[in-house]
Amino acid sequence: MKEMVDGIIGAGGFQMIINIVIILLKIAAVVAVALLHVAYATYWERKVIGHMQVRLGPREVGPFGLFQPFADGIKLFFKEDIIPANADKPLFYLAPVIFFVAALTSLSVLPFFNGFVIANINVGILFLFAMSSLGAYGIVLSGWSSNSKYAFLGGMRSASQIISYEIAMGLSLVGVMMLAGSLNLTDIVKAQQQYPLGVFAIPQILGFFVFVVAAFAETNRLPFDLPEAESELVAGYFTEYSGFRFALFFLGEYTGMLIMSAIAALCFLGGWGLPAFITANVPHILAQVLGLFWFLIKVYAFMFFYYWIRATLPRYRYDQLMAIGWKLLIPLALANIVLTGLVKIWVKGII
Amino acid sequence: MLPKLFFGYFAAVITVLSILVVTRRNPVHSVMWMLLLFFNLASMYLFLDAEFIAAIQVIVYAGAILVLFLFVVLLLNLREELKANRFIGSWPAGLIVAAAIMVSMVFAINSFVPGPMGTYSIDYIQKETYTKVLGEVLYTEYLFPFEIASLILLIAIIGAIVLAKKRMRS
Repeated sequence: MKEMVDGIIGAGGFQMIINIVIILLKIAAVVAVALLHVAYATYWERKVIGHMQVRLGPREVGPFGLFQPFADGIKLFFKEDIIPANADKPLFYLAPVIFFVAALTSLSVLPFFNGFVIANINVGILFLFAMSSLGAYGIVLSGWSSNSKYAFLGGMRSASQIISYEIAMGLSLVGVMMLAGSLNLTDIVKAQQQYPLGVFAIPQILGFFVFVVAAFAETNRLPFDLPEAESELVAGYFTEYSGFRFALFFLGEYTGMLIMSAIAALCFLGGWGLPAFITANVPHILAQVLGLFWFLIKVYAFMFFYYWIRATLPRYRYDQLMAIGWKLLIPLALANIVLTGLVKIWVKGII
Repeated sequence: MLPKLFFGYFAAVITVLSILVVTRRNPVHSVMWMLLLFFNLASMYLFLDAEFIAAIQVIVYAGAILVLFLFVVLLLNLREELKANRFIGSWPAGLIVAAAIMVSMVFAINSFVPGPMGTYSIDYIQKETYTKVLGEVLYTEYLFPFEIASLILLIAIIGAIVLAKKRMRS
């Protein structure tokens, strides 16, 4: 087998094909698990918010309403697909796909446990920024191509919000990059082991604060869900979408939340990193599994924080939103960079 | 063989996309082809082991500058824009200048002699990671030009704010 394949495509061809198959399997596993997580994130959100508002949440479909996400998915899949008259059809079709693809592609650089990452690239964090800026196109285009005033206003709001907060988010992560000395997410997690509690959230408390606020704005979640403010804009940029195209936006938004939670867990909360006395005393495989669970617990905690804020805070006004982004978060993030640099030079000087 | 194939593919796609960008009637479609063009350019940088430049290309050009383009284009009156001519009257002159530049480029490339190999070989860059090497070179060897460039950008930012403020007052 090996000789035959090598004979056809040259030496090393067999190994290359095996590598490609392994990567494809990894992609299939990550996408399947992430989409299941996204499905149950909607269920979990409805339960959490229900209980916070003294309701019960979904409980009709299956035990405790556990099959509700599937019922929703099937319902959306069979709904009529409506396209507005005078819509720019190619872009109308393309917009949800861009949005969803940008969200899913970001999953490829996230390390879920030690050594498990689809693409271990050196510029992991920058790749995540690039993909989140691509997602903005899905939003602007959906708003413009629907040929609807609500959608257009929602799209414009959302685009300006995402662009403004992307700067704050990027700057807030610069501190992390400086401490870790790398843009690779795996290296960042490993670098955190030497810090108290194995997290960057303590030395980077300013950066963490800016990141959390910016993450809420980036994913269009309350209290910054201006682009889809129901009382003013119906549903914002995806007002005109129905059926499965709407579902793509919905899935993209929740995948975005999952990715933001994962970035917070990896860059500030220590990722899968376990204390040395645990990794030294348990078998390697058990340490990996524990690391995965430790990472997932942090991700879920951050997701819960998203829901908690949604149930607690009212929506900001648009000018307030912009003022917070440009006049508070960006200066804070810049100050954080200067402070981190000074401390790093000072500490090095002592050693 | 494979690198040449990839280069040929990207060169062809980039050329086709550039032509698509300038010939579309709908400016929003032009911007979308340009987005695809930027991604192809980024792949070209990746192909040259310049992953940092590739990421920055997507973040800055596709993520910020092109979104601003899109903002401006969205505010145009599309009905008038669709009727207007794609090219201004003097396009043949532009074509001649472009052709002349291309011919001189072909001659220039033919007489190109690669310089001696420096410290920054591909192996060295791959070992040290591209971002780190770029940072070291920028902040030591080329610190002065780098600071001048940042000063020019700062002046441009301040100038933009001053212009916007003046209009608000009147």
